[in-house]
Amino acid sequence: MTAQGNFRYVSTTRRVREDRRFVVGRGTYVADVPAREMLHVALVPSPHPAAKIIAIDSAEALALPGVHYVLTGEELSGAVDPLMNGLDTPHVRRFPLAVGQTRYAGEWVAAVVAETRAVAEDAVELVQVEYDPLPHVINPERAYEPQSPPVHPGHGSNVLLDRTFVWGEVDRHFAENPRHLKFRVTWGRNSTVPIETFGVLAKWDPWREILDVWASIQMPKYSDQIARSLRIPLNCVRVHQDVDVGGSYGVKRGIKHTVLVSHLARRLGRPVRLIEDRLENMRAGDAHGPERIFDVEVAFTDAGIVHSMKMRALDNAGAYAGRAPFQLGKPIGAIVGPYQIKSVQYQAISVTTNKAPEEAVRGFGQSPTNYAIETMMDKVAAECGLDRIEMRRRNFIRKEQFPYLIPSGTRYDSGDYHTVLDKVLAHANYGELLEERDRLRKSGLLAGIGIAACLEPSGGNSAFEPLLNEKNTTTTWMESCRINVDGLGFITATMHTTSSGQGHETLVATVVGEVLEIDPDRIRVVRPDTLASLPSNSPVGSRMAIMLGGAAFHAAQIIKSKVIDLACRYFGREGDGVTYSAGAVSDNATGKRLELAELVNIAHRHHHSLPEGTRPGLNSEYVMQVPGGGKLAENSRIQMYPAYSFECHLILLSLDPILGKPEIRRYIIGHDCGTIINPHIVKGMTLGGIAHGIGASLLEEFVYDEEGQFLTGSFMDYLLPSSHEVPHVEMVHHCTPSPLTVLGQKGSGECGYLGAPAAVSGAINDAVRPLGIWFDKLPIRASRISDAVAESAPGHSQ
Amino acid sequence: MNVELQVNGTDHVVDVEPRKTLLDALREDCALTGTHAGCEHGVCGACTVLVDDAPIRSCLLFAVQADGYQITTIEGVAPGPGELSILQDAFCETHGMQCGFCTPGMVLTGHALLKRNPNPSRAEIVDAISGNICRCTGYGQIIEAIELAAERLRGRNLSDSISAEPTMVHADIVAPEDEPERGIIKAAGYDLPHEGKP
Repeated sequence: MTAQGNFRYVSTTRRVREDRRFVVGRGTYVADVPAREMLHVALVPSPHPAAKIIAIDSAEALALPGVHYVLTGEELSGAVDPLMNGLDTPHVRRFPLAVGQTRYAGEWVAAVVAETRAVAEDAVELVQVEYDPLPHVINPERAYEPQSPPVHPGHGSNVLLDRTFVWGEVDRHFAENPRHLKFRVTWGRNSTVPIETFGVLAKWDPWREILDVWASIQMPKYSDQIARSLRIPLNCVRVHQDVDVGGSYGVKRGIKHTVLVSHLARRLGRPVRLIEDRLENMRAGDAHGPERIFDVEVAFTDAGIVHSMKMRALDNAGAYAGRAPFQLGKPIGAIVGPYQIKSVQYQAISVTTNKAPEEAVRGFGQSPTNYAIETMMDKVAAECGLDRIEMRRRNFIRKEQFPYLIPSGTRYDSGDYHTVLDKVLAHANYGELLEERDRLRKSGLLAGIGIAACLEPSGGNSAFEPLLNEKNTTTTWMESCRINVDGLGFITATMHTTSSGQGHETLVATVVGEVLEIDPDRIRVVRPDTLASLPSNSPVGSRMAIMLGGAAFHAAQIIKSKVIDLACRYFGREGDGVTYSAGAVSDNATGKRLELAELVNIAHRHHHSLPEGTRPGLNSEYVMQVPGGGKLAENSRIQMYPAYSFECHLILLSLDPILGKPEIRRYIIGHDCGTIINPHIVKGMTLGGIAHGIGASLLEEFVYDEEGQFLTGSFMDYLLPSSHEVPHVEMVHHCTPSPLTVLGQKGSGECGYLGAPAAVSGAINDAVRPLGIWFDKLPIRASRISDAVAESAPGHSQ
Repeated sequence: MNVELQVNGTDHVVDVEPRKTLLDALREDCALTGTHAGCEHGVCGACTVLVDDAPIRSCLLFAVQADGYQITTIEGVAPGPGELSILQDAFCETHGMQCGFCTPGMVLTGHALLKRNPNPSRAEIVDAISGNICRCTGYGQIIEAIELAAERLRGRNLSDSISAEPTMVHADIVAPEDEPERGIIKAAGYDLPHEGKP
């Protein structure tokens, strides 16, 4: 590895090593992990959005052959501590099962344990629960009102978080710029909905005093949370991280499931497994994404230059706090998008309602925020009579302005937004695209062009936690790698978290191979269990290329310097007297060369040939801190993530005016995530993210009725994009390396998803604008489009 | 009740409840865990297996209904240990997956398509896999994989290439034992008998 772009293995189209096991069906997912004498769990759901639990009668269920136990929230809450709550809201307590009252329809009221899952499901029907219904609240604006029924009466209101930040001279900028505009947009409640539901298997060994956990998990500090809740030492919890996770995209945070089965495994002395069925997953997996209302006000010039923005984001967290409030925090790190907006007022409100809890979803609140910002740009362009492309070009941060400090205290590392935009326009032939749109319009269709230009904050840390909760003073969010060169000269590297399809084994092998100049296919990558692991978090916040790639890079550098040091001692030279090449070291003066095999032999066996004080073996470890992090907030300003990827979407879409069915005719994305480590992986992330974004903007929504009942518990109600709905995507690349990362890489795990909803919404609104229609809520389903078009027709009456 | 399932050419006599799905019987009674449960209501396609060469949803078929049919699961596709079919290899070549959970169903659906249509258009591929939901890839690299496999199979100029055993190829990855000198590492056998080799 030498200069930028001159890599041996990085950025080359090497295969993804994980694929070989998946393509033959030999992945090991949690449901594939065997355990002798395993028991199975099924859950008793609450039929009410809010109700007091008067009594639970388990007698009939327990009488069914094969049933071992029925656990209630009352019993469980006496044995375990509440699940972690990131905010300082001590009266918003959450246990795996409802305690005393239920807070959403579908919430788990009791758990049935039986010899088989089928018997457990049968027994669920036999558990008799007596309820006393309570008033409920579904709508977040209603929940924000002081007189709304409190989801947690002890907390006193439904407000989990209500903070207003003012960064820069908002009042002055609004006064100085007489042109203002105000609007509201709503991001509907959806999620990433992996095809594998959440599952967990727990086994307690009372003689060894160890809890073994296998789970379909993607969660930072997972074992810490298990230990705290069960009140056992952390070194009694062993999470097996070599479990393949069947998709997550943020949401696989099954801590409540885990605490439940872990408690049951200890209580019953047998391994206990819970694999959600699809309804359990959709209704009470606690894995819905943000549901957010944005009220935006903007001050701009006649030339369309945006100077200041006021944004109020009201988020519906559902029944418990979870990670939801923090999803209002992360977007603070990119609150102005790619634009030179001088000042921002941001009010972040998180309220509880009687819906399923919200959990982390791809982008951690950034995609909804980008949707609001991009809608703002479209509206200002329309107001000023400007082309939407030109509008963005005028407001973009310029290449020479990086590193660029935004009002909320984050410094963007690098970027070249104008060039990426120009590349997209050139690839698409924007003029022809406009002509094609107009041709489609003349043919009787509705047609529109959508544009989104947005950022992907990457290298995730937890800076939003101390920003939103002063009692939290965490300023590190490390990731780690250990490398061992064994006695036969073969290399094994470690990673210390599960993966859910991101190709991390390929990442580690590629980076280690790059540094050591060794074919990555020769490097094994393993995942020790948590007791054998270095401190690490997990693949959240588009962080692994930067953080795991960074840790692997530094651990490999240590190996390389140890090898050089070993050779120097052997040759009796100083460091600059030798040359490293592909594992071997040569003496510059004599030309004598030590192969890695010989160096390994010295390190592992020939201690006598080295100076005193040399340590045997050849290994390294590196615990990496997030670049640029490590500080608490000052004056409500903080450096959020370190590196900022950029993406620019351009869409041509048509609508059948009768059916309202959208057809995406061209989809072009320009993407800049710095140095790409594996092009296959980045391409897949981008295409998959766009598919998620198309789902979020056109199809997917978790719907509740006014009675608080959940209406979308199956894939026939909650619609996922199939291959018919996802168009062919044309990708245009650009590379602006990050100056803060080891190879210039930035994150790409959320790309595509961060701009697709904004672009699709923009295209549909461009298509229906001639009819005087504007859709201000996602998803925009075909039925809404056809209804709106019909209502707009001349002579239409209600 | 006893059911005789012919899976990947092997007979399994299993004792199942009449209500047990073929999916659960394959996973629990035949120990074939490559078939995955996604939605269990027939939408996602993760549980796809071939019954007499046609893709079906094993979550919608009772095990007792499968008695007497030829069932192919993902475990029956690779020609041998460490080997891949042409289509599986193409999935690896284009990275037609991420988490791998929908992959067995996708591969089997692709096999069935190529068997009945060795020269599918993009639209025909899109149509064939439209009953298999993938949340990771956005389908692009899956479509590319099937296109690539079709091209390679056509290049072989044999009829019925997709399922004929002799046309299965090995993965395009060199096993260490075939080429021990590949990469830079030589076995450090200095202090070991036979240079550390068995």
